[in-house]
Amino acid sequence: MAHRIARVLSLALVAGIAGFAAGVASAAPRKDVTLGVRLEPPHLDPTAGAAAAIGEVVYANVFEGLTRIDRNGAVKPALAERWEVSPDGRTYTFFLRKGVKFHDGTDFDASDVKFTLDRARAADSVNPQKGLFAPIEAVEVVDPATVKVALKQPTGRFLFDMGWAAAVIVAPESAADNRTKPVGTGPFTLATWAKGDRIELARNPNYWGRPAALDKATFKIIGDPTAAFAALMAGDVDAFPIYPAPENVDQFKADPRFKVVVGNTEGKTILAMNNGRAPFTDIRVRRALSQAVDRKAVIDGAMYGYGAPIGSHFAPQDKGYVDLTGRYPHDPKAAQALLKEAGVAAGTRLRLVLPPPDYARRGGEIIAAQLRKVGIEAELVPMEWAQWLSEVFKNRNYDLTVISHVEPLDLDIYARESYYFDYKNPEYKALYDELAATSDEGKRIELLKKAQEKIADDAVNVFLFLLPKIGIWNAELKGLWENAPIPVNDLTEVRWGE
Amino acid sequence: MLAYVGRRLLSLAVTLAIASAIVFTVMEILPGDPAEVMLGTNARPDTLAALRAQYGLDRPAPERYLAWAGGLLQGDMGLSYTYSVPVTQLVAERMWVSLPLALIALTLTTLIAIPVGALAAAKRNSATDVGVMTATQVGIAVPNFWFAMLLVLVFAITLRWLPAGGFPGWKAGAWPALKALVLPAVALALPQASILARVMRSSLLDTLGEDYVRTARAKGLTRAQTVRRHALRNALIPVLTIMGLQFSFLLAGTIIIENVFFLPGLGRLVFQAITQRDLIVVKSVVMLLVASVVVVNFLVEVGYAAVDPRLRRRV
Repeated sequence: MAHRIARVLSLALVAGIAGFAAGVASAAPRKDVTLGVRLEPPHLDPTAGAAAAIGEVVYANVFEGLTRIDRNGAVKPALAERWEVSPDGRTYTFFLRKGVKFHDGTDFDASDVKFTLDRARAADSVNPQKGLFAPIEAVEVVDPATVKVALKQPTGRFLFDMGWAAAVIVAPESAADNRTKPVGTGPFTLATWAKGDRIELARNPNYWGRPAALDKATFKIIGDPTAAFAALMAGDVDAFPIYPAPENVDQFKADPRFKVVVGNTEGKTILAMNNGRAPFTDIRVRRALSQAVDRKAVIDGAMYGYGAPIGSHFAPQDKGYVDLTGRYPHDPKAAQALLKEAGVAAGTRLRLVLPPPDYARRGGEIIAAQLRKVGIEAELVPMEWAQWLSEVFKNRNYDLTVISHVEPLDLDIYARESYYFDYKNPEYKALYDELAATSDEGKRIELLKKAQEKIADDAVNVFLFLLPKIGIWNAELKGLWENAPIPVNDLTEVRWGE
Repeated sequence: MLAYVGRRLLSLAVTLAIASAIVFTVMEILPGDPAEVMLGTNARPDTLAALRAQYGLDRPAPERYLAWAGGLLQGDMGLSYTYSVPVTQLVAERMWVSLPLALIALTLTTLIAIPVGALAAAKRNSATDVGVMTATQVGIAVPNFWFAMLLVLVFAITLRWLPAGGFPGWKAGAWPALKALVLPAVALALPQASILARVMRSSLLDTLGEDYVRTARAKGLTRAQTVRRHALRNALIPVLTIMGLQFSFLLAGTIIIENVFFLPGLGRLVFQAITQRDLIVVKSVVMLLVASVVVVNFLVEVGYAAVDPRLRRRV
């Protein structure tokens, strides 16, 4: 008996010591963080893959560009300390930071910039955003700390474009292996990648700028929304910066351990119409659909109320935004009349293709119900990504689809030849060309407004809502981005405590 | 006997060759292009062509088939389109999760199913039997992912005894790794155990009706002794066959459970590879599974033939 009491006592003592140790440990701020991410990046080279998941791990953390886009979507200096633009807007001179080293110890200088830009626009380039580099005519190394980039025509958004994940600077020594062994100039290096489970970054002790507050950052891959909920609740992850399940956000709001931050993204979610195929060749039909769809019901039903309504292909937080949400007020009767006028018989069947994201699958069901009220039978066709890309995006074999365009300021897609929604309007194209060549801020804003109005007027697509960024994290964690002007998890300012 | 084994080996090789051709063709027909998936919506046609060339997708299909099948013969599964690492390496990494998980789940299944099934059969039509039959019916009917979520809710979120998911890797130590596998293994094992317990019960009931059991009883053995010494062993034969099937299911058929617990296993690798059109991974892993089933079958057949000479004459 005495023996048993002694054992219980010693257990209690051990537990007490353990508790004490834990108490001491929590006094000093933690130096590590575990973030949940929905999708695993296929590889870690943002110059060779379009997946947003790549940038979500490496942008600003492992790789840096000449410029960078900050948490408010503004262009800031990065590897280029400053720059000069010639009066004709065709020559950009970048003055580079000195004393910067890549993770493998090699020096960063002007030749790396030339290598990166030339590689991205080469004939055998596999850069997913090769279009960003299309305006470049020549890249010239003036001296190790100066690069001159000549453009074919003035390009208003060139500095912004150079801040994209696909434009980060890589070194000729390491570029070929960046997919598996990323070598950048950023404040973190890749420590381990346990495929399918997690990616760990470690602080780069030789970073040129302000060192990161964290020693270690782990990206944990959790694809299932229910599992994401469980991982946060159980404390397995400290944050889910882009939380995938709006349906259970309220439970986190009620829990003081967590902070729920609802911000915006650049994700313009639309009901795309195949403008090149009947009946959508008729503007009256497109306008009818714009009136038939009730945005608010879609936002409430598919997004549990999260997401701001949009009236054109433009995010409300971006400079030059005009509110066009009132352009086609929800009015099923007017829609029906317009359809009748256009000769669309009641009971017309159309294919509504739905890619995998929840916003599309849920939104599609609600939209189909709304279309039924005006006499259109939408046949729901769920597709996986790869199939959607080839069937809808490449072959344009669809009538309607729900999709979110996450690239910032992408009005250019309406000026593109044979884009998937097949909008052909020379007037818009001229307008966009003028915008692209304009650098003057005031003139740009005026043109941006005109472009938005033109797209809304032509009812190219039904504009639904801006995809929200629902971030949930430990209440003690500071410095994560509230909004997502680009899809990234910038860790440079993330820290624990006050 | 040697001639028999030779004939079986030949048929094994033919089966594998046909399977590889089917797998390759299905992957060719599957809509979607790996280069498009990798480069996304802003990709230009020349960039897509460059990436296709990098992947070797610009070559004609028969040439690609031969290169792939030839590589497989030498144990080279090729390079993953998405990850840019050898497929063998990816598979090996995942095996360290899937294999232990399958083994633990199968052990749990066996430990639960055989005693429970035997008990139910031995006490046929008693309250115990009815209880077991009801419980196993529920076990089969309840989907394992729902059961998995319940386990997470109780043991990870409320009690915080076990992690909600993920796998720290064996390098983190045996205990943390095992801890991560407990809940998924239980979630996987319960429905399988329900099936196996029912098989065990009916198989034992069948054997209990055999003549030699009556003889044993007539010899003066008690009911319990008869079950233990004579009926149980014979009843285990169909149970073992089912267990073999369950093991191959547990190895790669656990996609949903791996998603619920975000485990980096073989099932999720295949699933992810299909959505990203990492076709080389899909093809190679599917072939690996086909090969393992075919080889196990071959061993079983040879084993039967060794026991029963009559089988050797028929091919």
